[in-house]
Amino acid sequence: MKDSAENKREVSPQGEAAKKMKNLEKQMGELKNQVEALAEASPENKIALIVFSGELDKVLAAFIIATGAAAMGMDVVMFFTFWGTPILRDKGKKVGGKDFMGKMFGAMLPKGTSEVKLSKMNMAGMGTAMMKSLMKKKNVASLEQMLELAAELGVRIHICEMSMDLMGFKREEMIEYPNLTFCGVAKFMEEAQNSKVQLFI
Amino acid sequence: MGEEITVDKVMDLKGLACPMPVVKVSKGIKEVEIGQVIEAVTTDPGSLADFPAWARTSGNEILKTDQEEGVIRFYIKRKA
Repeated sequence: MKDSAENKREVSPQGEAAKKMKNLEKQMGELKNQVEALAEASPENKIALIVFSGELDKVLAAFIIATGAAAMGMDVVMFFTFWGTPILRDKGKKVGGKDFMGKMFGAMLPKGTSEVKLSKMNMAGMGTAMMKSLMKKKNVASLEQMLELAAELGVRIHICEMSMDLMGFKREEMIEYPNLTFCGVAKFMEEAQNSKVQLFI
Repeated sequence: MGEEITVDKVMDLKGLACPMPVVKVSKGIKEVEIGQVIEAVTTDPGSLADFPAWARTSGNEILKTDQEEGVIRFYIKRKA
């Protein structure tokens, strides 16, 4: 009896220390999990742009921001939707098999970067022509050059599948661009959620 | 006399408009070694604000900025 009581007294401080260590380990583990979760939730050095507009000035602004951000070392995603979609059509590609509405939309909307107009002061195309010549004179890159530069800098382009379907565009008539992705809102939201900057243009 | 800056590469970015000077310099700096210096020459007044902003975010250092008659010279040390 006496022996066992002594043993108990000797064991108990050690047992307590072990218990404390275990607690500490548990807390450390929890902390580690929390830090990992935080790191996962914190935004990356990334920008997500929605290009909704289909006019020269607005799309140019979108491309200037996109290429500038890429130059600053950011990961860049551009999501083209609605009026932004026809800009990514290839003027040289022809596809058949469209229904009446598809043909109408196809004919009325700009086919590629060369056909887009200014959002203001278009003046039946005169304003746009003047702006284009002014851009050339002032060494401002054209939309065509911007698209090329964006590809070179690794800017990713996503196209809204629903807009394509709505306007009757087919994948085969879109431009050649590295890793061109056709997607929906969920893909954009996944990109936007962990981006530092999100813009709607 | 200030201390001399040894330039390892010169980039002529005169006449270029936003965002080209920053785009080109971000490419150009990767062509020199870390610790080397490039001299970037621009005529875009916006680059006076843009280059320091680019340098801060990309982790490079602007050693000196010279400006005369509409020509701006940046001496940039590659640090990252």
